Amino acid sequence: MENTTAPATLVTADGTPLKASLQRALRQRRRQAFMLVLPLLVFIFVLFIMPIATMLTRSVDNPEVNSILPRTVIALQSWDETTGELPSEEVFKTIAAEFVAGSQPGKKVINKVGKRLNYELPGMSSLFRTSTRKIRRMKTGPYREKMINIKIVGKRWADVATWRLLKREGDPVTASYFLSAMDMRVDSKGEIKSKPVDNQIYKFLFVRTFLMSIGITFMTILLGYPIAYLLATLPMRHAALLMILVLLPFWTSLLVRTSAWMVLLGNEGVINDLLVWAGFLGDKSRLALINNRTGTFVAMTHILLPFMILPLYSVMKTIPPSYMRAARSMGATQLRAHIKVYFPLTLTGIGAGTLLVFILAIGYYITPELVGGQSGVFISNQIAGKFDSGNWGLASALGAILFVFVLLLYAVYDKIIGIDKMKLG
Amino acid sequence: MALPAHVEPLERAWFYTYRFICGLILFFLIAPILIIIPLSFNAGFYLSFSKEMLSLDPAGFSIQWYQDFYNDQKWIDGVKNSFFIAIFAAVISTTLGTIAALGLSRPEMPYRKLIMALLISPMIVPLIVSALGMYFFLVKIGLASTYTGIIVSHAVLGTPFVVITVTATLSGFDQSLIRAGLNLGATPSKVFFKIIMPLILPGVISGALFAFITSFDEVVVINFVGTTVQQTIPQVMFRGLRENISPTILAVATILVGISVALLVTMELLRRRSERLRGMSPT
Repeated sequence: MENTTAPATLVTADGTPLKASLQRALRQRRRQAFMLVLPLLVFIFVLFIMPIATMLTRSVDNPEVNSILPRTVIALQSWDETTGELPSEEVFKTIAAEFVAGSQPGKKVINKVGKRLNYELPGMSSLFRTSTRKIRRMKTGPYREKMINIKIVGKRWADVATWRLLKREGDPVTASYFLSAMDMRVDSKGEIKSKPVDNQIYKFLFVRTFLMSIGITFMTILLGYPIAYLLATLPMRHAALLMILVLLPFWTSLLVRTSAWMVLLGNEGVINDLLVWAGFLGDKSRLALINNRTGTFVAMTHILLPFMILPLYSVMKTIPPSYMRAARSMGATQLRAHIKVYFPLTLTGIGAGTLLVFILAIGYYITPELVGGQSGVFISNQIAGKFDSGNWGLASALGAILFVFVLLLYAVYDKIIGIDKMKLG
Repeated sequence: MALPAHVEPLERAWFYTYRFICGLILFFLIAPILIIIPLSFNAGFYLSFSKEMLSLDPAGFSIQWYQDFYNDQKWIDGVKNSFFIAIFAAVISTTLGTIAALGLSRPEMPYRKLIMALLISPMIVPLIVSALGMYFFLVKIGLASTYTGIIVSHAVLGTPFVVITVTATLSGFDQSLIRAGLNLGATPSKVFFKIIMPLILPGVISGALFAFITSFDEVVVINFVGTTVQQTIPQVMFRGLRENISPTILAVATILVGISVALLVTMELLRRRSERLRGMSPT
């Protein structure tokens, strides 16, 4: 007789152990689930993750000097920049040859180097433009002497700082965009220093973006909490009606809402007209409500308010009204019951709303651009500005800092609330 | 939250004060949107109420700004571009997002949280960062300044909304219905179209509407990756607002508010339908 010994493990009909068979089935189901997600995952990876990665590489990418003056970069390697002496005639000769090669008609790339170095040291752009013309006319050496003697700009070739800069930026990877983005620079001695306080633009803008976003978030809590509470406690029929007042702004185009605020807050706008008409203001003393911080603050509070109300509401909906009644019946006043019982239960909603509003606020671009004027713009506006002016490296570095910051907040959101708990409307 | 008859005067006073404060906040929410509607019918080139308007004199009102909109080629092109781009973007987002949500809501999905975080990230990353990255990347692969490039980048921005709404609908979905269907001899595609789809349809449609409006409203990314040929309504508005706000923009804004109201009503009807359907399901 076969199979006299009872099998130690259960087997399926085809003889494989049940455990293995189950595991295979589970693996298969996992694979099936994953295959469903795969198309979107690939789509997001190619068209979102890779673009972001491209931007991040752009922020340290430094091809200009390295690709247009490659032999100069090599020649400068043997030059010791710490002695304070100029490079040898050989280096001058190399760079002169590369000036000629880089300024052929139709392939004028040498000015790109000038433009690139000008971000680090003002005056480099004109040095390169003028020198190109002169060097093209030089038939013989000595190049060092001739280049130093170029009118007006030539003395910069006699400045060790120029050569230090060339040597430093010859590296195909640079930290200088990030240094600029943090208002720092490498001084003529090669040390990293903070820029003078008066010249600090980006740090100041980051701080402003941060502080104003906190202010706006706080304001949305202040205005959103009572409304969410009202919606959660009113009878369903009334609440549904009032909910429309919250959802309509949520669904209305950002530009419509921004233009509405431009109409309201403008110098000749509805609010000022109303105040003048009512006699609170003289016609000459109209309030400056737009193209400044106030404009950004008011408009963004309005635009982001639904993002606070909706998560708060969905948490408040789940709090049984009997909790408050119990607290009241045991002698707590309405206020005490609210603070001790109701409010702690809404903290997750406040957390979710706060993080969501704050994350959205620090990346805002359109609204500050249109109503913020000079004093109310955010870091996003500066990024767009740097992009428009052609300094893509700096735009990318600023973008990278903003991106990392938002990513950290996103991680906090995930830790506290959980991304899978995110709901809309 | 009705007020019982026996409450103390102080509490009664607070109750009415609270209601009043809520009224003010709701007014703050809705008034700015409503105010542009009458102003768009202004007879003059004003962005505030004229005396004629305040006295309801018909001479103070006109539809000239709507005619202005209708006769301006750049607005009409904008309307066409906006719908073209948003419809295609929404179709891509909805298809990919719905299929992914089906996988994500299965209990055996591996690395669920991590993947979810990745898929939702386009909603969280500041638009200016996405715009920069997409521009650099689309230039590299030769899709910058093309409709295809704009549509796929808008589709990326819309997918998180679809994933969120459809997974939310699926959270109340009885997975055993699928097994029951398969058990009774239906093919997987038949199960999808006859069982899953009708139940999750409200979620899918609301996700699609979110994706549509995301693309329809989007200005930042398209400003970077598009050219004036593909200019959409929000872009025309944005450029107009940057220079000088004109009553034509208010006319367009009023039309857009109309579209939002239509979307809002659709969403509300869908939500009710979804609740009814779920009420019927055994879970």
